[in-house]
Amino acid sequence: MSLELIGITVLWIFLYGYLIVASIDFGAGFFAYYARVSKQEHIMSQLINRYLSPVWEVTNVFFVFFFVGLIGFFPDTAYYFGTALLIPGSVGIILLAIRGAFYAFGNYGSKNSTFFLFLYGATGLLIPAALSTALTISEGGFLDVSDNNVVFLAKELFTSPYSWSVVVLAIVSVLYISASFLTYYADRAEDMESRGIMRKFSLLWSAPTIVASLMVFVALREHNPEHFQNAIDIWWMFGLSLVFFMIATFLVYQKKMFGIGFIMVMLQFFFAFFGYGASHLPYILYPYITIEGSVVNETMGTALVVVFIAGLLLLIPSLYLLMRLFLFDADYIKGKK
Amino acid sequence: MELDSVMLSQLLTASTLIFHVIFATLGVGVPIMIAIAEFLGIKRNDSHYLLLARRWARGYTITVAVGVVTGTAIGLQLALLWPSFMQVAGQVIALPLFMETFAFFFEAIFLGIYLYTWDRFKNRWLHWLLTIPIMIGSTLSAFFITTVNAFMNQPQGFEIVDGKTVNIDPIAAMFNPATPSKVFHVVMSSYMTSAFILAAITAFIILRKKGTDYHKKALRLTMVAGFIFAAGTAFAGDLSAKFLADYQPEKLAAAEWHFETEQNADLIIFGTINEDGEVSNEIRLPGVLSFLAGNSFDTEVIGLNEFPEDEQPPLWIHYMFDLMVIIGMYSLFIAGIFIVFIFMKRFNEWNKPLLWGIVASGPLAMLAIEFGWIFAEVGRQPWILRGLMTVDQASTTSGDVGIALAMFLLLYGVLGTFCVTVLIKMFKNKPPEAELERRFPK
Ligand code: HDD
Ligand code: HEM
Ligand code: HEM
Repeated sequence: MSLELIGITVLWIFLYGYLIVASIDFGAGFFAYYARVSKQEHIMSQLINRYLSPVWEVTNVFFVFFFVGLIGFFPDTAYYFGTALLIPGSVGIILLAIRGAFYAFGNYGSKNSTFFLFLYGATGLLIPAALSTALTISEGGFLDVSDNNVVFLAKELFTSPYSWSVVVLAIVSVLYISASFLTYYADRAEDMESRGIMRKFSLLWSAPTIVASLMVFVALREHNPEHFQNAIDIWWMFGLSLVFFMIATFLVYQKKMFGIGFIMVMLQFFFAFFGYGASHLPYILYPYITIEGSVVNETMGTALVVVFIAGLLLLIPSLYLLMRLFLFDADYIKGKK
Repeated sequence: MELDSVMLSQLLTASTLIFHVIFATLGVGVPIMIAIAEFLGIKRNDSHYLLLARRWARGYTITVAVGVVTGTAIGLQLALLWPSFMQVAGQVIALPLFMETFAFFFEAIFLGIYLYTWDRFKNRWLHWLLTIPIMIGSTLSAFFITTVNAFMNQPQGFEIVDGKTVNIDPIAAMFNPATPSKVFHVVMSSYMTSAFILAAITAFIILRKKGTDYHKKALRLTMVAGFIFAAGTAFAGDLSAKFLADYQPEKLAAAEWHFETEQNADLIIFGTINEDGEVSNEIRLPGVLSFLAGNSFDTEVIGLNEFPEDEQPPLWIHYMFDLMVIIGMYSLFIAGIFIVFIFMKRFNEWNKPLLWGIVASGPLAMLAIEFGWIFAEVGRQPWILRGLMTVDQASTTSGDVGIALAMFLLLYGVLGTFCVTVLIKMFKNKPPEAELERRFPK
């Protein structure tokens, strides 16, 4: 495998990891707020807190890893995205900052502040919307590149159907992934009331996820026919995604094997996300940056790969420990520890 | 001063870093203090120290959160505001930035475990062991980021041929001449500042509410640790000055208002300077600058006049340097007195003036961190990569930096205010005496 392909695969895997863990976190914020206003808080917030408290910082690192790695492996992306994303990027950071900080303030500091919880819930939906614009921009058509100057065409972005279809998909997916996970988590905790609520949510958001994905395809055909054609060529990836979606929904509907159900959801997004990524290649930013053209020099690239492998050897056992203590320890989840 | 996108980018970078470094410093230093307290608590089976570790850790979660979110901001801003710099530097110095994310990962995972497993292990030492990866993770992140900054001061490990970076050696870039002294000084000053901040809070409570044994133990612990780290900081600072004399003489010369290359150079403390470069109102220590630069009064110190005018850093960094050094001396002095008083029964180490002196030392140490960084960063001007790329060649061309600056300033204002109020509330509502009885019933 060539260096650039290894690089982009590693980054894409981490972005996928972020997609899953962050969706759980973002959606949980929304559900926690919903529970507060619908006066069902006593049931759900305990559950959500038990999961989120120990892991939210780890979630953030997935994101940091992705963008630091992207600039490391493909330094040219810094130049184009850097200029283009100043405002959307800043808005994204500010929302992330508010969310992270107020989560900590609310959770460790003054309990029961509905205002903090509102910020936490609202940002959970706004952040995916803001971050997804980076993917939208990567499809091309939103930058004006003249000699040595990159100008971001904000108006195009706000009036593009493609851009909006991506935003909708991002928000719906967040709610769907999060609800599926929390259903499973509630099931492990043998907390039937929460399980009931979350199960309803995961069924509620399942159909919209598929509709929103189709919308994105339709809009993509208009916006970037080349990418659309590439996606059609690997249709089986998206087909598999749909199959896993159906299995997941079936299991949740039947109230069976919630754990397997969540793994199916992860696979559903895995195939859709990697299908999207593979058909996007060789471009990182259409049509200016390709992975071959922007990859870092070979010495640095090799060093990064070596560090990456060493880093994984360190991280995987640590992550395993974290999950064993907080995710798979039935007593902890039930609140006995 | 013109508010173009270069200037605005500098202002935004500076604001973010000045805000981030407060939390980053605590992020590096406080785990050490927590680990020491828990260690003593288990070793001596003393519930005071155990409670201390617990309460410090609880406050720490708040500051870490702000450190993480502002760190994420600066990480992205580096790419957003300095795209050309990142494009070039990315080829050479991406390695430590990448490794830093692993250090964050490592620390975040074990911090998560540490905070939620206080009572989960039968053997208390197992819980203490968790502090080791946290300390390693946070100190390593300081190490990695500081190598990047060192590289900006002493770029090496590559060549530029026809505008292309070639012959890249990432290890040489990381371990450049600025790295050893800089890393040592940054790490030591973080440990020191954290100890003094914790000491200041404790001293304040003793003054206000007649502290108990719990507070007295806390103050003794933080003062002894603070003294050791302050000595380390001063030693490392001395190494940094010697490094500057050898490798970056223009920064030292600007900081010392030293214009002519000469032996037996005087050290100038404070004072004022006019347009013609005449210094007045200063305290002058004959020959001391030469001593600072090379351990002997005969050392020749290169003067600022050797450098072209447009490559000279601004002269006001002199005050930053002096304030930093004076605060360093003050901290060493106040912690030293306190320790002497502990051992000399004749004196009372709990007397009011001394305690107020300790209260002041916390915020002062944090100011020294800021002054030190401003000195180091402004002293690098006009370069972003010393000798290779100037700041105005590196900045974004976007016209929206002003809006971004306004948004971020607002954000830091809000975060800062909430962070302080939440911390105060958190500890006021739960006094240690009550918690001690609840957790460790006699
Ligand atoms: C508690 C904080 C603190 C204290 C008391 C001191 N310093 Fe410092 N100093 C720093 C915190 C700091 C810093 C924030 O960590 C800096 C900024 C950049 C760096 O490398 O370290 C720094 C930079 C810095 C530099 C510039 C290094 C460079 O740009 O490469 C020098 C020469 C010194 N210091 C020297 C001293 C001396 C002689 C001190 C005498 C006691 C001293 N510092 C006390
Ligand atoms: C955390 C402590 C730090 C503080 C308080 C700080 C402070 C500052 C200040 C005041 C400036 C503006 C200089 C001017 O406009 O004259 C600046 C610029 C800058 N700093 Fe730092 N800095 C810190 C650490 C770092 C580190 C570790 C890096 C390296 C990764 C870094 C990278 C930069 C860059 C790229 C600029 C913009 C270019 C320039 O103005 O020179 N800073 N910083
Ligand atoms: C002297 C300067 C700096 C020090 C000592 C420092 C140290 C730290 C520490 C200790 C944390 C994490 C808080 C924690 O997890 O405990 C942190 C967060 C962070 N810092 Fe800094 N930092 C410095 C400057 C910078 C600069 C210049 C950058 C930009 C490249 C940066 C990037 C980050 C990022 C991205 C995070 C968030 C990591 C996460 O999500 O866990 N830091 N920093």
